[in-house]
Amino acid sequence: MKIGVLGLQGAIREHVRSIESCGVETVIVKRKEQLDDIDGLILPGGESTTMRRLIDRYDFLDALRAFGDAGKPIFGTCAGLILLAKEINGQEHAHLELMDIKAERNAFGRQKESFEAALPIKGVAEDFNAVFIRAPYILEVAPDVEVLATYNEKIVAARQGQYLACAFHPELTSDNRLAQYFVNMVKEASKELASF
Amino acid sequence: MEKIGTDVVKRGMAEMQKGGVIMDVVNAEQAKIAEQAGAVAVMALERVPSDIRAAGGVARMADPTIVEEVMNAVSIPVMAKARIGHIVEARVLEAMGVDYIDESEVLTPADDRFHMNKRDFTVPFVCGCRDLGEAVRRIGEGASMLRTKGEPGTGNIVEAVRHMRQVQAQIREVSSLSYDELMVYAKEIGAPYELLAQIKEEGRLPVVNFAAGGIATPADAALMMELGADGVFVGSGIFKSENPEKFARSIVEATTHYQDYTLIGELSKGLGTPMKGIEMSTLSPNERMQDRSK
Repeated sequence: MKIGVLGLQGAIREHVRSIESCGVETVIVKRKEQLDDIDGLILPGGESTTMRRLIDRYDFLDALRAFGDAGKPIFGTCAGLILLAKEINGQEHAHLELMDIKAERNAFGRQKESFEAALPIKGVAEDFNAVFIRAPYILEVAPDVEVLATYNEKIVAARQGQYLACAFHPELTSDNRLAQYFVNMVKEASKELASF
Repeated sequence: MEKIGTDVVKRGMAEMQKGGVIMDVVNAEQAKIAEQAGAVAVMALERVPSDIRAAGGVARMADPTIVEEVMNAVSIPVMAKARIGHIVEARVLEAMGVDYIDESEVLTPADDRFHMNKRDFTVPFVCGCRDLGEAVRRIGEGASMLRTKGEPGTGNIVEAVRHMRQVQAQIREVSSLSYDELMVYAKEIGAPYELLAQIKEEGRLPVVNFAAGGIATPADAALMMELGADGVFVGSGIFKSENPEKFARSIVEATTHYQDYTLIGELSKGLGTPMKGIEMSTLSPNERMQDRSK
């Protein structure tokens, strides 16, 4: 089993470290052909506008959508959540449009309002140290989206089938429990996809 | 309990910028071009470094109107420069909601002896460095991000290369020292021992280190990534070139794919004239911005 980290821009190294500490091989994905060799993909934190520009330039958009449509798990953190969202508040077009959530960008304010806080995450931890940096949150979810965490009544982590998204940065701490949750998702999906 | 302004939050913001290009802009229109081209952040200025160099006199924090205009124009982070040691300029920028402050030698220093205690602020700071001693002193004062000083506004990469190589070489040196040698080394380079010990253990700086000061072409940006930069700042290089939009896009792509030489070749085709540039030996000692602080 192999998990890829989209390597166009952002906190790539940190995600590689956290997945590797779960004992899983990782690869940095810079070309769409590399998607064929992986079982799950992480869209890291960074600047969503920059990543979108590079996704378009290298013809990644359809390949990433096909990866998700094939049932392979994708985990988006912060900018990655924005890339996954079907809708972005105030913007005519979203990006990958894979997950039935509506995202609000920079929703907690500018950098000086960035914060860390301990959060309960359903099925993951009671006290996860979540680091929010110019973070988005989720405004609305479709009925089949499971809300995993909220902060001040805002949705900050959710799952829909093979898609997992969080507004904060689990990769910036040494707590790998959310990474492990995603690794388990990838394991289950690989088993299911193999049984077809 | 919610905690703001912690090291994780301040340094983490810079981690999110990795592999990206931060561009100097002087108005909303340039900021939008930068964002469209894929910049990860913009630095709002009154004048780009080459114009500061040409204008002479005292260079200060930009007019807040310009910073505000840029903040309203884009959704990516906005950085701004304060003079070295100018606590009030920095506080004003923080109050305005600027996302990152550059305590910068590009502006005329307000204090010729002390940098600010950046730990007092909620907003994170980036500072310039020429070697490991300078880098670690700035981290000690609370900088959450570093960049090479290079020689700003020259379009000449040689100083940025020198500074990046120097920092990298000294990190390797520190990694190879024994603990009984480390204290004397700390004394010699004027760096706090505890931070050096941490660098020795981890084999890298505890904050990201971008390249800055003289990057003028996509190949320059890729060179700095090759030498170990976490990302690049481009100052005068973009909006002093003949075709800023194309230049900006090409520099962004060359930074991401810095080892794809065929691609960089393609990106470099027909870019038009880059900024003219200045040879180092023609600069007199008082024109060297990098020597304005230690």
